[in-house]
Amino acid sequence: MGWRARPGPRERASTNAPAAQGSLRSLATAALAPALQPGRWSRVLIFLLAVPVLAGIAAYGYQVANGLEVTGLNDDVFWGLYTVNLVTLIGLSYGGALVSAILRLTDANWRGPIVRIAEGTALVTLAVGALFPIIHLGRPDRMWEMFTRPQFDSPLLWDMVAILTYLLATLLLFGLPLLPDCADASQRSDVSGWRRRLYSWAAADWQDLPEQRRILRRSMTILAIVIIPVAIMVHTVLSYAFSLTSRPGWHSTIFGPYFVVAAIYSGVAVVILAAVAYRRAYRLQRWITDEAIRRLGYILVTLGVAYGYFMFTEITTEGYVGEEAADALLYVMMLDRYAPLFWTFVALGLAIPTLLVAFRRTRTTTGITVAAGLVVVSMWLKRFLLIVPPLTQPLFGDAIGGYSPSWVEWTITLGSVAAIPLLLILLFRVFPVLAVHEMQEIEADADARSGQPIVVTSVGGSP
Amino acid sequence: MSGPALGTKPAAAAAGQLSRRQLLGAVGAAGVAAVLPPAVRRVRAAEDLDTAGGSKPRHRWVFVFDLRRCDGCGDCIGGCQKMHFLPESQEWIKVYEYTDATGGDYFMPVLCQLCDNAPCVHVCPVKATYHTDDGLVVIDQDICIGCRMCMAACPYGVRTFNWEAPPNVPEFLHSSTPEYRIPQVKGTVGKCDACVHELREGGLPGCIKACSMDAIYVGDLVEDAATNGRETVVLSQFLRDNDAFRLKEEAGTETRVYYIAGHGQDLDY
Repeated sequence: MGWRARPGPRERASTNAPAAQGSLRSLATAALAPALQPGRWSRVLIFLLAVPVLAGIAAYGYQVANGLEVTGLNDDVFWGLYTVNLVTLIGLSYGGALVSAILRLTDANWRGPIVRIAEGTALVTLAVGALFPIIHLGRPDRMWEMFTRPQFDSPLLWDMVAILTYLLATLLLFGLPLLPDCADASQRSDVSGWRRRLYSWAAADWQDLPEQRRILRRSMTILAIVIIPVAIMVHTVLSYAFSLTSRPGWHSTIFGPYFVVAAIYSGVAVVILAAVAYRRAYRLQRWITDEAIRRLGYILVTLGVAYGYFMFTEITTEGYVGEEAADALLYVMMLDRYAPLFWTFVALGLAIPTLLVAFRRTRTTTGITVAAGLVVVSMWLKRFLLIVPPLTQPLFGDAIGGYSPSWVEWTITLGSVAAIPLLLILLFRVFPVLAVHEMQEIEADADARSGQPIVVTSVGGSP
Repeated sequence: MSGPALGTKPAAAAAGQLSRRQLLGAVGAAGVAAVLPPAVRRVRAAEDLDTAGGSKPRHRWVFVFDLRRCDGCGDCIGGCQKMHFLPESQEWIKVYEYTDATGGDYFMPVLCQLCDNAPCVHVCPVKATYHTDDGLVVIDQDICIGCRMCMAACPYGVRTFNWEAPPNVPEFLHSSTPEYRIPQVKGTVGKCDACVHELREGGLPGCIKACSMDAIYVGDLVEDAATNGRETVVLSQFLRDNDAFRLKEEAGTETRVYYIAGHGQDLDY
């Protein structure tokens, strides 16, 4: 197994209790490194990120006080950056949920060191993304009416239902596997004060009983099964806010799956970025191996190719027939006003990431990280292209609409971008960054399967 | 950009068409029913209210634009803005200029199309926009949360957003009914209200009062009559004789605004 202290085959064959325990202890310590020895730069980074976040909050205050006239939105382009951010951020969160859920269901052994970071990323991006439906409202003071007088015909209402369900599922996905890890952490000699109290509280009543382990396992399997359709629903319903209108460029049958694939694509990319960052900052290479990053890179490129295929299908079906409105839209997007953005996306969001992962020479952790970074940024661009250009196209007459985001919109956007690493850092300054208990279980399962003597100290039973 | 679609017969019924609610109902029954029976029941209950609404409506308001007379002056826009105390930037009736296949110019005034099957009503998450008894689509600006989903859904682009605070209006002119909201509420969506507050008193909408070409008629399907303020016509015959059409029939919206094709000819009845 990858995260064992680089055991050679011979070493593994002679695994004995003390050695195993030694490796396990150092795993638990490493998992808590960002929490217990965050380092000076962690504080600096928190400070640096807090500045744009506070600026964003202040800008939103300004918007609440003055209304949406402080944005660049208008009657033509009435949805802008906020909607782009909403779709992008909620999309990012899907990657975390997917990596965690699908790898669990397929029993992929290499998932161990990735899942906690993936779930944390999912939680944080969703928490920030879920703010944007509120930020974009003209009358946020009335948002409670979504609960008090809901209209079930409306895609927006189902957006809210889906996002809230997904938030709950993501919280559980992050929180449940923490139980044993928090129980372990609360017993540590280097943990005291509020931290110890928090860990004991978060551990609930975890005593590592076989029955508890069984329940946890089953719950995680059920949750992993449930969260996949839930996430698909979230992104499909999100796409319905666009595709259930009669606007050219939005009214498309492919929008549901298109949004789902876009979400996973960008989401896996952000998981790669987070994993690489933590691996580097806290020297977790021993657990988060090059191999794990490479596998995530394969997932990334598969989704990238799928997304490119969807895009090709969409554009070809829209453009070939020569329907006037569709043609006009494709023209501004591919050859005219939005062409620089469009071709930037094609190059940086599809072609280069694919090539970086495709060639052995660039299929390194650095290459894959660069690819992931490009994908995250480009997918924001793509969402912009998906939402704004169709709105600039007139429904009658020939007056083209325009939109240039105001400083308020940019400040809030930058604030939300900074909020994600900030919240992630804060999250893992509290909770272990590696899923210690789960990694131990995977290891025990693998040992059991390979017919070796099972050395169980604090590790779960048979598969 | 695509021009207005020429519909077939104005009164073409939607027989054999699948309504949005039927579609949702079917999909819901198939997919969601197992998981969410209460939600499905709500949808069904709402449908019953809509279709089997009990007594016959007293009015079914209709607009007719005689494009043969419209010279594109835009007076209707000003008349509407005056009636509703709107800022200059907000137009509840818009006038588009088109060039037809033979090179002639014509003008296309577009206001709320009074859809019987209104997409805006379906997508509003909080039921802030709805049909009144006489079939008008109105917005309750005390409820609207300003999400702008209805603006996305409207195939006719007639909805506007109150980005800025409305101009000051003397207190005694204020009105807070959904049918006639003066002044507009900042942060909510507004649109043509067909000046039903005038119609009910026997008056004329602001756009018609302002139209010096007598090109706009308002009428009532129940009474089968329409007027432009100068002459009154038998509505059904007027539409039939002049081959009236509706905008974007293909959207299935069943609008109640009719157009008579032409391009600014000087007509003399």
